Amino acid sequence: MRDVYIVGLGLTPVREHWTFSLRNLGARAILAALADAREETADCLYVGNMLSGQISAQENLGTLLADETGLLPIETCKVEAACGSGGACVRSALLAIAAGAADRAIAVGVEKMTDVTADAVAAGLATASDQDFEASFGLSFVGMAGLLMQRYLHESKRNRADFAPFVINAHKNALTAEHAMFHSEVTLEQYLRCPMVAAPLGVLDAAPVCDGAAAVLLCSKEALKPHHRPIRITGSAISTDTISLASRRNLSSLSASETSAKKAFTQARLTPHDIQLFEPHDAFSIMTTLALEACGFAASGTALDMAAAGAFAPTGSLPICTFGGLKGRGHPVGASGTYQIVEACLQLRGSAGSNQIPGVRRAMTQSIGGHGAVAVTHILEA
Amino acid sequence: MQTANYFRLEGPYLRLEGQRCSACGAQQFPPRTACRQCRATTFEICTASSIGTVLSFSEISSPPAGFSSPLVAALVALDDGIVIACQLTDVDSDKVEIGMRVEMVTRLISETGPEGCLVYGYKFRPQLL
Repeated sequence: MRDVYIVGLGLTPVREHWTFSLRNLGARAILAALADAREETADCLYVGNMLSGQISAQENLGTLLADETGLLPIETCKVEAACGSGGACVRSALLAIAAGAADRAIAVGVEKMTDVTADAVAAGLATASDQDFEASFGLSFVGMAGLLMQRYLHESKRNRADFAPFVINAHKNALTAEHAMFHSEVTLEQYLRCPMVAAPLGVLDAAPVCDGAAAVLLCSKEALKPHHRPIRITGSAISTDTISLASRRNLSSLSASETSAKKAFTQARLTPHDIQLFEPHDAFSIMTTLALEACGFAASGTALDMAAAGAFAPTGSLPICTFGGLKGRGHPVGASGTYQIVEACLQLRGSAGSNQIPGVRRAMTQSIGGHGAVAVTHILEA
Repeated sequence: MQTANYFRLEGPYLRLEGQRCSACGAQQFPPRTACRQCRATTFEICTASSIGTVLSFSEISSPPAGFSSPLVAALVALDDGIVIACQLTDVDSDKVEIGMRVEMVTRLISETGPEGCLVYGYKFRPQLL
């Protein structure tokens, strides 16, 4: 397997983009990533997306975005792993280069969610679950997260308030991130009083519905140029767990998250202690908690204590959600995984502006589809 | 829910029909093409227990289109070890607790408009006896 580097970064602000369509957003991120690397084109293009067929009645996204950006007749296809699609498309691009089939590959995650009603978005998100045995019984995506949170509260004998530090930290970090959806702090009081959406899960436990696209240009060692600022991908792994929550052996641990992180650590020859920054899949505050424990950044049942002690703040031992995460930056589902990777690269380059975590050399990202059904982990090194 | 798909799901939806693996004897619900334990592909029908214990629950404030409100979702551990995702019924969410004993009933699950069908299937209610 050949070494793979990230040399181009592109993203759009995460917003309700009334004036931009799916194709505009995806194309802008691709062109920005190519421009960032001062490259004209690539050998292949992988598009990460979950909902375009349902929300925009548009599939064939690879060709759509190749056409929109003038990259025809490039090899391209869409990669789908529910909310983990963004991470998965980067892995596809990596595999193409590592295998020697390409020297430069673009991975773009794109999602357009706000053109339709909340009901239609919820129906779309529910397709990440087991349709016949969860969604068809009225168990919405957020409802499933509520079940996980209730069980965690029960097993660890915690209160809902213990999850607040994750939400407060995410919003605080998003304040200075220009591309983030939210630029408003959340107080403990607001967190405690927010309306319930799937009790005990409140609206402030959940990442927002939004639009956005983020892209990376990957290349082989042979294709590196003197002007590139390469970030090496030293770990890349996808693991899976049962699609339905009911079939899980343990409801308080995410085994796909754990196994994909372990694979990535082994590839990178690193341990959780070596990671200086983590971008978790904080679609719900319970998911942040479970992922931190599954990846080995917190012992089982201790992530909430560490959060209360400030371990995951920018000045803590493991800063997370450094541009706001899914909660503060926003969660355009199939794009979130590529946003995480672009943001981690900005940190590793030392180009994160007011959000810079000093001296970061090794960062990890994890993009999750379903409630831990598929997890995509990447380890990036400067 | 498409009518053809509902037809295919009649066994599990109305009778909690799962499988017992002919090779290793493992029980599973819902039915799968391959056994989760040994990956064999021959099974006998095995009806899951209709009584169990609430493992977790959540009140969904805005249920999906076609479902009535309030909707209390739950994970129930059946007495034979199978865990099932379902709705609770005949109980207010503030009376539900983890560990509560519940039993299966057949109820209307969803109405999906003039083009869809009335979907009946399992819900669980507090155990009566």
